[in-house]
Amino acid sequence: MGMTITEKILADHAGLDGVEPGQLINARVDVVLGNDITAPLAFKEFEQLGLDRVFDRDKIVLVPDHFTPNKDIKSAEQARALKEYARRYQITNYFEVGRMGIEHCLLPEKGLVLPGDVVIGADSHTCTYGALGAFATGVGSTDMAAAMATGEVWFKVPETIKLVYHGKLPRWVSGKDLILHTIGLIGVDGARYMAMEFTGEAIDNLSMDGRFTMANMAIEAGGKNGIIAPDETTLQYVRERAGREYKVYQSDPDARYARVIEIDVSKLEPVVSFPHLPENTRFVSQAGHVDIHQVVIGSCTNGRMEDLRVAAEILKGKKVHPDVRAIIIPGTQAIYMQAIKEGLVEIFVEAGAAVSTPTCGPCLGGHMGILAKGERAVATTNRNFVGRMGHPESEVYLASPAVAAATAIAGRIAGPGEVL
Amino acid sequence: MKLYGKTWKFGNDVDTDAIIPARYLSTSDPAELAKHCMEDADPSFPQKVQPGDIIVAGKNFGCGSSREHAPIAIKAAGVGAVIAASFARIFYRNAINIGLPIFESPEAAEAIQEGDVVQLDPATGTVHNVSRGETYQATPFPEFMRKLMEAGGLMAYVAERVKKGGA
Ligand code: SF4
Repeated sequence: MGMTITEKILADHAGLDGVEPGQLINARVDVVLGNDITAPLAFKEFEQLGLDRVFDRDKIVLVPDHFTPNKDIKSAEQARALKEYARRYQITNYFEVGRMGIEHCLLPEKGLVLPGDVVIGADSHTCTYGALGAFATGVGSTDMAAAMATGEVWFKVPETIKLVYHGKLPRWVSGKDLILHTIGLIGVDGARYMAMEFTGEAIDNLSMDGRFTMANMAIEAGGKNGIIAPDETTLQYVRERAGREYKVYQSDPDARYARVIEIDVSKLEPVVSFPHLPENTRFVSQAGHVDIHQVVIGSCTNGRMEDLRVAAEILKGKKVHPDVRAIIIPGTQAIYMQAIKEGLVEIFVEAGAAVSTPTCGPCLGGHMGILAKGERAVATTNRNFVGRMGHPESEVYLASPAVAAATAIAGRIAGPGEVL
Repeated sequence: MKLYGKTWKFGNDVDTDAIIPARYLSTSDPAELAKHCMEDADPSFPQKVQPGDIIVAGKNFGCGSSREHAPIAIKAAGVGAVIAASFARIFYRNAINIGLPIFESPEAAEAIQEGDVVQLDPATGTVHNVSRGETYQATPFPEFMRKLMEAGGLMAYVAERVKKGGA
């Protein structure tokens, strides 16, 4: 019997010839990630073990990105704790403000996660790296602590859902629309405990940035990981970044799947997820008249180069609606720099948008764009739960950078076709 | 050890932002987190919850972020256990790792009404509804997870391994 790419990676990292869904294994980890919210807690637990060193100081990555640049005194204390732990255990990969980025944009960019890796992160969107053909999944701080001590983590091998995207993407339909549409189809627990394997012609033709967006939101369908088998697009991205060996895995033709879902993308439109669950999807043409007070373009879902280029294409020569605050946050310093070089930042500022240094900021209701009672935002982020971006009576609508940019101009939810 | 308590009921897809909103994540102090436990699902919950009370919810409890602050807030608020029709996977993992008893039972989640008093046996997964005289069965944990919980959570388990030189 064949194995899926997820099963193969897990089997190799557990030192086994094969694994089956449901099997409990102990796997070796290649990368352990934590941020300013989750890592201090993990180190506190780690220190109770009385060890004087971590399992491998090169394999731990620490990124202060959530409440940084420090939003208040308490956050500053957490960020300082993170930095002190990084120094104490001589962690190689600690990224200070000014050199950092949103973790899930930063790690692939720096070549820190590679195809075939097993990656755990004390952050639920660690699943993003599945776009590189790695097994990557979010865990809690205690798991992070245990992995920092032992270099291993326990897993239940997940079943896999195979998603096949047929056809060519229509204009303005992006990876974000594919994943929102998918979550709308299967629901926020449609892939609970499972691997989501994204395949098909539309995935083959998708850019790396679009693939990261899709794998990023596997967790919003309840998935344990999202994964895309490496191809030439992946290898081109990885080759110039990798500083170590990596291994390319593919699913066997006779691999077992719990479910196969086929989607014809040629009929899709840009998608909007209405409050308060990512599964509440509608095509933008069916959104109706919804006035918007804030637009956020950024986050680990859509803060990459391609996202900023699309937003700039729409905002160029236009003005942000008088009633809207538009906030644009490049995912990393390198993306920020590239956006400056390409003139995108100028386009944004000319249009009347605020452009910020990389941070999670508003995505989790941290800072840099909190919603007041009754305010509504269109955001390129990944969660629209109650209170996610501020007041419990505010609302978040999830969409692609194209829809977000068009909305910023229109002052209400709008597709790019309505403003160009 | 059996758990015994009065129940509070919540709906489906209770997410980690409802359990502990990110605006309070600038600390990991359990007592501070407990003050805001379930606040965005029921603002009065932190005031009315009593030690030993039990949360009952629908499907996909704890979906969203990986923040361990969520099960920590629940545990620190004095909640004895969570019963749900199903749990999101990171929450499930975190609860086991920090030793918050959880029970997965669609039947119990449906039948228990708010205010019912229940008695729970973590060893067998039995949920006894004292108020209604009914008994439901939760999905039993695999042996490895039972071992983790018996050891007192993941860190206690790892500490044993480290001591034995197995790390
Ligand atoms: S951008 Fe948002 S979803 Fe991504 S890591 Fe930051 S807070 Fe989490």
